[in-house]
Amino acid sequence: MRILPFGDRAVLAEYDSLSATIGAYRALSASTPRGLVELVPAARTVLVRVDPQVLPLDAARRWLLSVRPGDELDGPLPTTVTIAVTYDGEDLDDAARLLGITVDELIARHTGTEWTCAFVGFAPGFAYLTSASDPLVVPRRSTSRPAVPAGSVGLAGEFTGVYPRESPGGWQLIGRTDAVLWDATKDFPARISPGDLVRFTAVDR
Amino acid sequence: MNAFEVVAAGPMTLVQDGGRPGLAHLGVGASGAFDRGAARLANRLVGNRSGAAVLEVLVGGLEIRFDSDAWVAVTGAWGPITAMGAVEPHTPTLVPAGRTLRIGTAEHGIRWYLAVRGGIAANPVLDSRSRDTLAALGPAPLAEGDRVLVGGDIEGPVPGIDLVPVDPPADGPVRISVRPGPRADWFSSDAWSLMLESAWTTSPRSDRTGIRLEGPTLERARTGELPSEGMIPGAIQVSPDGVPTILGVDAPVTGGYPVLAVVTDGSLDALAQLRPGQPVRFTLATGRS
Repeated sequence: MRILPFGDRAVLAEYDSLSATIGAYRALSASTPRGLVELVPAARTVLVRVDPQVLPLDAARRWLLSVRPGDELDGPLPTTVTIAVTYDGEDLDDAARLLGITVDELIARHTGTEWTCAFVGFAPGFAYLTSASDPLVVPRRSTSRPAVPAGSVGLAGEFTGVYPRESPGGWQLIGRTDAVLWDATKDFPARISPGDLVRFTAVDR
Repeated sequence: MNAFEVVAAGPMTLVQDGGRPGLAHLGVGASGAFDRGAARLANRLVGNRSGAAVLEVLVGGLEIRFDSDAWVAVTGAWGPITAMGAVEPHTPTLVPAGRTLRIGTAEHGIRWYLAVRGGIAANPVLDSRSRDTLAALGPAPLAEGDRVLVGGDIEGPVPGIDLVPVDPPADGPVRISVRPGPRADWFSSDAWSLMLESAWTTSPRSDRTGIRLEGPTLERARTGELPSEGMIPGAIQVSPDGVPTILGVDAPVTGGYPVLAVVTDGSLDALAQLRPGQPVRFTLATGRS
């Protein structure tokens, strides 16, 4: 881990891999000190935003160094979210061809592996899900769609994800779900938070 | 309950409060009043709680008419304000029922803050009445003909003061204090001194998501793509063509352009008042943070 400067009210912790970042985020979230405003996980980093009056940057650095991934294992288990998907996306055939497998194999692998929410970004509630054991790596579409419907399930790079709201997007669309991923009227507006585990199940086409 | 009618909305009038800090991990930015100090002072002047929702008026052109008498205070940008006669800025003012309060065109600074005693009673989203212009969260921008309710976010009486002597937002070069960002090593050795020594100009393509700057090109030492990482308002991102943008209060919560420097907390409010074409200079903050 490297700790990089980020102005007078944040520091950036950088890790070697996505999985190390997820592990560190889980451990850090389980031991938050007073004066921590928020932790923002991303692909290789966790941004640590503090109120420097309560938690000076030096103290935040010491806290980052003191937390070891695995420390949180005594705490509660990660939440598992199950999402039912109809696999009939416009890019399903293309995605299978890019992976060199059949559509049935793609569905079997998408539903067969356990995904982890690495981080949420791009739009409120848009969770980037990754699989350590069986990632389905495909490039983004060469052209972005101006409007991807809410509930669309896609693949891009090493990630899968569900569009929480209609938005532009370049992910390869493999299916759709009726699950509500984002509801700003709820106390917990996002169905999937960083660190959560996600399983997809196939609904008959 | 008091209410007002929007007679004219101006180019962009938004409801803003303290925003939604602490939700960036769910993809939601902090948003909130861009010039926090001005919004806080406006609330204070009418006896509101500090988190009460105010109107953030870009440039001016807002005209509103109250159903009942209303205490108001205007802070931030400077320019003509009228309701019958002239209204002093930074002063609690009682606007009589049926009179139209007009906020003219800003002559110094660019964002006005109008507090109404009781606060703006728009529906909160995720515990905030702030409009996030990027995520389209929170109350819609005000439009002509809207009826807006006044709430009950009151802390105490209207303070018995005539006027708070506040300097107008600066017209000349604005000095913005910065500290190092995480990706200074992505830039050529010249880029850092070029940033600190150059005269920058505020681009007209600036808004609540970011203040774009015109000036010399900040060359990168590294090419390639940086995986997206967390961002905060004040982060100075540099795009691949070498143009710096200071992220504003409605910026995305993550970004993939390297951050060269970060504006200090004490200089953030000044960003809200930068006018298109206004010169900007950066100063390196010293001392422990």
